[in-house]
Amino acid sequence: MEKYILPDIPDYHKLEVYEQHGGYQALRKVLQMKPDEVIEEVKKSSLRGRGGACFPTGLKWSFMPKGNDRPKYLCVNGDESEPGTFKDRMIFEFNPHQMIEGILIGCYAMGITTAYLYIRGEYRKWIKMVDAALADAYAKGYVGENILGSGFSTNIYTHSGAGAYICGEESALMNSIEGDRGYPRVKPPFPAAKGVFGMPTTINNVETMTNVPLIINKGAEWYSKIGVAKHPGPILVGISGHVNKPGVYEVPTGVPLLTLINDPQYGGGVPNGKKIKAVIPGGSSTMVLRGENLEGVCMDADSLKAAGSSVGTAGLIVMDEDTDMIKVIKRISHFYHHESCGQCTPCREGTGWMEKMLTRFEKGEAREEDIEILLDVANNIEGNTICALGDAAAWPVQSFIKRFREEFENKVERKETAAA
Amino acid sequence: MLTPENLQKVEALFKRYPTKKAVMLSALWIAQEQEGWISEEMMRYIGDLLEVPYATVLGVVTFYTMYNDKKIGKYHIEVCTNVSCMLRGSGKILDTVEKHCGVKLGETSDDGKFTVSEVECMGACGGAPMLAIGEEYYENLTPEKTEQLLSRLK
Ligand SMILES: Cc1cc2nc3c(=O)[nH]c(=O)nc-3n(C[C@H](O)[C@H](O)[C@H](O)COP(=O)(O)O)c2cc1C
Ligand code: SF4
Ligand code: FES
Repeated sequence: MEKYILPDIPDYHKLEVYEQHGGYQALRKVLQMKPDEVIEEVKKSSLRGRGGACFPTGLKWSFMPKGNDRPKYLCVNGDESEPGTFKDRMIFEFNPHQMIEGILIGCYAMGITTAYLYIRGEYRKWIKMVDAALADAYAKGYVGENILGSGFSTNIYTHSGAGAYICGEESALMNSIEGDRGYPRVKPPFPAAKGVFGMPTTINNVETMTNVPLIINKGAEWYSKIGVAKHPGPILVGISGHVNKPGVYEVPTGVPLLTLINDPQYGGGVPNGKKIKAVIPGGSSTMVLRGENLEGVCMDADSLKAAGSSVGTAGLIVMDEDTDMIKVIKRISHFYHHESCGQCTPCREGTGWMEKMLTRFEKGEAREEDIEILLDVANNIEGNTICALGDAAAWPVQSFIKRFREEFENKVERKETAAA
Repeated sequence: MLTPENLQKVEALFKRYPTKKAVMLSALWIAQEQEGWISEEMMRYIGDLLEVPYATVLGVVTFYTMYNDKKIGKYHIEVCTNVSCMLRGSGKILDTVEKHCGVKLGETSDDGKFTVSEVECMGACGGAPMLAIGEEYYENLTPEKTEQLLSRLK
């Protein structure tokens, strides 16, 4: 299949090479269109956000108020900290200009004159790569004042995080840009009404923005026919864990998970011919699936929903038959406990409790009733917090208990066996 | 205090944002690059520079894990132990690092050469197991490769 987000073209990250292959033509085209026409085109394409929630991008853009009476902002989310996710880094390194072009198109469509590109602090090296690409784009007049003589101006600035998963949550991200701790905000107000610096703001993922020039160049009609109709387009799938060829692979949406895991052009199968015990399909907060239930399950929003999970960030983590599921869920729970910002009690206390209880299971010191108690803690976090980190912490625990209950039962302390 | 060049770097960032405070994360990065860590004196200085109280700066420094409010070793070795790395043997990598550096997680070696930390997913799960030293990522590690890497550090 032809690749559109990470094409196999040498030096594609360089401005001249990108231009030779039609780069920044979409921007030129857009500058001749009315902003509303651009939003319509993105709506028609059915592009859905690649940051985890699959929200329709064109619809999100249409929430922004019209007019230029006050500043509006675009925050591009490159925080990429969900365990199992490592795709946006590929865009920074191998295709930064398509992302920049997408950001410019978004800004034009929404009448935005400042975009902040928030990149996690650990990606220092990649921030420098993006800054270098931006400098080239500025020098060529694609970014900055009076872009290509159109009268339209937009600045794009990178903004480095400093190590906090929660800053990927859109309202925490805005606080982090403002120079504060990354505390999520209570919604409403929604960002389109009151976002960063109190102004109307749109937040989109890096990969989402990188899809936009394709839609403009080749048309919404063309784009909407890639992959599955309700969640179309190319998608970057990160495959990690027990596969022979871990990595980021670009595919159309709707490819079966088993193909992604086993096909030699993707994951290349499980090492030593072992069986798949479990997969986490879309980053650590998505619900785990059992290996024997993967037949027909595909990498797209509807298929994974029907299977009892979600597409998330398409970060597919594969676990072979020897994996200790308790160890895995304990590590995941440690992560969410560590990353809870501590603002809401259910999340702050609940994530700590879950980690503690799972440590007991890991050590074989849990009691029979602890399975229900653990589930109860998870259920009490879900839906009761300011931001979705609470849910992200609860879902893995709920799904591990639901789908691998026997592993929890095996870890329950059995006095009689201990005595024997 | 920031050096004049670094102060200039911070001041150049003011035009990017409608408030001075928004330069906070960048200013702290510049300070940390200069000193290797962020002292109370530096936090007060940055507070004055950005016209925010010291407590606000302290709050930010303590919230984000990448800011060091203590001196750390010359080489900061950060080993990812999150799921994808764990599944591919990060435990052994961590053991190798601890043994080589002669310290446990979170500690700095007596000669000030190494600080060893456990980190959450670094966005390099496809190259698991991995560690980072400064801004460099080292991926697809084995205990042997880790040992070689560490013994090259002078
Ligand atoms: C705890 C938490 C962490 C998140 N981390 C990220 C992230 O690292 N990158 C990202 O794009 N979205 C992340 N999101 C989702 C964002 O809040 C937001 O929905 C997304 O950036 C919107 O972009 P999209 O519509 O293009 O998908 C996170 C959400 C939560 C609740
Ligand atoms: S749910 Fe957790 S991370 Fe989100 S605001 Fe509440 S305490 Fe913070
Ligand atoms: S789990 Fe180690 S880099 Fe993602």
